[in-house]
Amino acid sequence: MQTQKNINRKEHKKLGKDKLERIIDMMKSIEAHTVDPFLLNVDEIIRIIQEYFPEWEQPEELNLDAEAIHHLASVIKLQSEWVKQRSTSLYTDPFLLEEKITQKNKQELTSIFLKAWHPVVELEQVTLRSLADARRYWDALVPLKERWEQETVAEVAMGIATREELVEESILRDEAFSAELERFWQELKDKVREQGKEGKLAYMDWISSDTYSKTVQRAYLTSFLVTYGYATLEIIPLEEEIFISPLDEPGSKLNKQAVSVPIMLSFESWQKWNRGERD
Amino acid sequence: MSTKRKAAYAAKVKRATHMLFFRRHQKPGVRGWELHKALGSDYPKVLNVLDDFMKPLDLQVKTVFEEEKIPEKPTPDELDKARFYVTLRGDLQPKEAKMIGWRIDDLAGLAITISYIISKKGQAARRDVEELLGEKLAGWKVGLNIDRYIRYGYLQQDDNEQLYLDWRTRAEVDQKALIDLLLQSDGKNKETADSEEEDAEEEPEEKQ
Repeated sequence: MQTQKNINRKEHKKLGKDKLERIIDMMKSIEAHTVDPFLLNVDEIIRIIQEYFPEWEQPEELNLDAEAIHHLASVIKLQSEWVKQRSTSLYTDPFLLEEKITQKNKQELTSIFLKAWHPVVELEQVTLRSLADARRYWDALVPLKERWEQETVAEVAMGIATREELVEESILRDEAFSAELERFWQELKDKVREQGKEGKLAYMDWISSDTYSKTVQRAYLTSFLVTYGYATLEIIPLEEEIFISPLDEPGSKLNKQAVSVPIMLSFESWQKWNRGERD
Repeated sequence: MSTKRKAAYAAKVKRATHMLFFRRHQKPGVRGWELHKALGSDYPKVLNVLDDFMKPLDLQVKTVFEEEKIPEKPTPDELDKARFYVTLRGDLQPKEAKMIGWRIDDLAGLAITISYIISKKGQAARRDVEELLGEKLAGWKVGLNIDRYIRYGYLQQDDNEQLYLDWRTRAEVDQKALIDLLLQSDGKNKETADSEEEDAEEEPEEKQ
């Protein structure tokens, strides 16, 4: 008896899903202006949505219900726009207008159009002053052969580039910066060990320093720590909190899809943090 | 009005005339803020004076607001954003239209296209317009004409081949008057021969 009831319930649910999917498809067609919005019986749709709503338990089922409501709202908006447009003085029944247009010959149509057409008036004229200005410009213009003269590149004898030159050209990475990053990573690990909870530290607690410029510098270095995989950020959007946690090995979590996280660090926010810490 | 003030206004009217008649940008017309900058905050008054001067010449200063709905009492901000043109105040005779480079076929096609788009809430599929024009124009001309209306600025087309009215229609065509005239006409002259068809075989000059 119970099994039969379950089967009936399942079938009812499936029927409801099918109905909602069909309704959503139709409403999408209306939104794409391929179907007249008034073909949809809004009361009937609401009745169907209401009828099946108690059946929905899974997130995807509730999602379907929400989608149906969302599209229904769009269709009602379209219906309202349609009514508004019809009530304006510019509304004309397209069929009536087409009929009128096909009844008329070109001369009649042109005569009618000319009564409602007020073309823009413009002048194109050379003046003595513009000619004089043009002449002055011409006199000052450097000839093409001078303007397009190829820049001669001085020949340089072959030699050996120094390491500094390669770093300057971004061909080699600056060892000093890498070393600084390693030291900064170590500092993060130590600080998390001493003050952190669950292997992480609040981002502002980590970057803040006694001056604003030092704080910005630490934020800058931190961005490299995260980019190069020395550390990772954890963002809790609802609480608006950001945590940083060092990784044991650089790049150990780099296979995850990378995203850019802009973090605002204004002077005011730094001051606020600083006051809060010292109070 | 003192002589000094009169002279100042005369100079401003002259400057406004130059700005409105000579094209300064790719499209004709001048933005309100440009006039504001060149003539001062009383530029609407200057334009009113110029409009009065142009009445006997059958010309007018036309204001096209950014929003389609025309404000009853426009604010300075709305005026600054509006575009100003000099247009014909009255209407043209069919022979005059030919004189300014329009074939009767092209003008009739433009009239049909604009009125059809208005009736379709300002948007119509190009295919539908082509079908409508194809009833009275040769097939090869239909596409060419629509492209020309787009190029002149009467229409614009999106990626889905939907046609909309563009800046020139808003500046030049009294849309309500056009629809009213079309609906009021009785269409008795259906049998009138298209005798003028061959009158203007030469192609009009291209507008920019």
